[in-house]
Amino acid sequence: MLQMEHVSKVYRTDLVETHALRDFNLHVANGEFVAVSGPSGSGKTTFLNIAGLLETFSGGTYRLDGENVSGLSDDARSRIRNRKIGFIFQSFNLIPDLDVFDNVDVPLRYRGMSGDERKRRIDRALEMVGLGARRKHLPSQLSGGQQQRVAIARALAGEPRLILADEPTGNLDSLMARQVLDILEEINGQGTTIVMVTHDPELARRAHRNVHVLDGAITDFKPYEPDPERADAVALSA
Amino acid sequence: MFRYYLRLAWLSIRRNPILTALMVAAIGVGIGACTTTLTVYHLMARNPIPEKSDTLYRVLVDSWDPDRPYYDGDQGAAPPFMMTHQDAIALMRSEIPTHQAAMYRTAFVVQSDNPEIAPDTYSARATYRGFFDMFGLDFIYGDSWDEAADEDGELVVVINRALNEDLFDGEDPVGRELKLSGTVFRVAGVVENWNPIPRFHDLNGKFRDSAALMVPFRAAVNLESEVNGSISCWKPEDINSFQDFLNSECVWIKFWAQLDNPEQHAAFMDFLNSYTQEQKALGRFPRPMDNRLIDVMNWLEFRKVVSEDNVVLAGLSFLFLMVCLLNTVGLLLAKFIGGASIAGIRRALGASRGALFRQHIVEISVIGLAGGLLGLGLAALGLKAVRGWFEDFEKVTQLDWSMVGIALGLALIASLAAGLYPTWRVCRIAPARYLKTQ
Repeated sequence: MLQMEHVSKVYRTDLVETHALRDFNLHVANGEFVAVSGPSGSGKTTFLNIAGLLETFSGGTYRLDGENVSGLSDDARSRIRNRKIGFIFQSFNLIPDLDVFDNVDVPLRYRGMSGDERKRRIDRALEMVGLGARRKHLPSQLSGGQQQRVAIARALAGEPRLILADEPTGNLDSLMARQVLDILEEINGQGTTIVMVTHDPELARRAHRNVHVLDGAITDFKPYEPDPERADAVALSA
Repeated sequence: MFRYYLRLAWLSIRRNPILTALMVAAIGVGIGACTTTLTVYHLMARNPIPEKSDTLYRVLVDSWDPDRPYYDGDQGAAPPFMMTHQDAIALMRSEIPTHQAAMYRTAFVVQSDNPEIAPDTYSARATYRGFFDMFGLDFIYGDSWDEAADEDGELVVVINRALNEDLFDGEDPVGRELKLSGTVFRVAGVVENWNPIPRFHDLNGKFRDSAALMVPFRAAVNLESEVNGSISCWKPEDINSFQDFLNSECVWIKFWAQLDNPEQHAAFMDFLNSYTQEQKALGRFPRPMDNRLIDVMNWLEFRKVVSEDNVVLAGLSFLFLMVCLLNTVGLLLAKFIGGASIAGIRRALGASRGALFRQHIVEISVIGLAGGLLGLGLAALGLKAVRGWFEDFEKVTQLDWSMVGIALGLALIASLAAGLYPTWRVCRIAPARYLKTQ
């Protein structure tokens, strides 16, 4: 699903050159649930931004779902983001003026789907996160956990191949964090690949594989060994 | 997607009502000022008779003072804008023009055969039958008087629709009698109200209504109907009677001719030149020959119907609009950059730069149109104020549909111009930058 080889990212100013990623190598197989951890400033978020095509990289190669995404135009990157990737952010990043239904609708709007198809997907995604009855609520009328579930529904509605989660429980209490993680596991169980950046060791333990990032490079890498019990789901997603 | 963008525009406007109101106000004030001056300019500068303006000619012959020209302004020396009675009568004998008419403005106290209607004074035009066909007046009832009426000065009258409504309740009055300053005239016809703006055929009161009734030139002269227009004389004259006035070198008659092709134009100019030579032989026309045929639009330009003040004012109002737009650019920039985090989320979720661009352009258009509507309201107030200050400007201070369209179009273009840079900025944002900080 995700193959990064020798990826580097350098931020340059007139005076300073900062290497956010250096010789970054990571392969994530279809259906995998990978937790990426590391201290602040280690390059986790830069990795996630590059993985989500939100930022370009300076060197190396990156293949997403078999497609080399190096050097793609901005429009092409937007299209891939829209069709293949779902994002879950620590701060939820819901649009405050839009109600739950319309927030989940946002990525679908840019796909040119019919209204009926969008409604069907939104209803299903909201049911899955248990917010079917809250579709007309504004984000400000929801708890943090509910807002994160809306964000998950938004990521799910597009039926992405890959979900990138950046500290998805960072702003939640432990009970809500557990609920969110349960949902993520359920999604992964249905075959969606998840890459999650987290500081939380307990969360990281629930992933199939942990990857540690330090100074812009992976320091602890283990190849993926599929769980035989999940084989069906993984095969489906592949 | 357009409806979706409209909805997002509405949400965005609701999110920042004060900022939006300031932008609408800035655009509205600019558009209001522009529309006010443009309306006046547009009505003053427009072609009053577009279907014929290049075939209708004001006829000028130079019978003026040998020592100084009639006009010596920034367009050089020019012959008198009007002509003497004897010249007008002589030129009317030409059979070259398709139509021609000498004319002057007078007034009559009008009294109908209905005793319930009080007599009232109306502006009248003493002219020839060619006036109606030349200027394309439409008859509702009857027709123009015939050639014999011109020759004999018959007491016939053509009235316009408004006067017919007043006097005869809009019914067919052809053949009925009308008393004009005590003399009985017979109604020959009724024409549609004809009020060209500007009143090119008689620029003395260029934005006022045309005469409500027309009578044969000779009939008015026979009745010694007073001249309600300019009279200019270049030498002392011994005028003791109306006949003395008719025989004088004073100019007071306007002369128009319709010349449909270059051959006709050349032939009539030859006729004027021959006439001038004849008059020179008789001791008149002491100045160098300077006969002119000036078509409608050149006549309006020559007479500076649109004054330089109006042009300057229109230019200043556009500069003012620019200032308003610069303010709008700043406000839009503040609004859009303030909403960059939401734009960042949309980009992360798959919106292309093009999609964001379209979304913001729709929002700007909504703001621009709202500004345009406000501007139209302000323009209506501005034009009302101008009407209050200058009575003559009544006709050139009316908002017509074309100006409504121009105002809204201008508002749209202006707001889009103001919004291009802020929109470009918001479309260039790096989405990742805002996702952590939202």
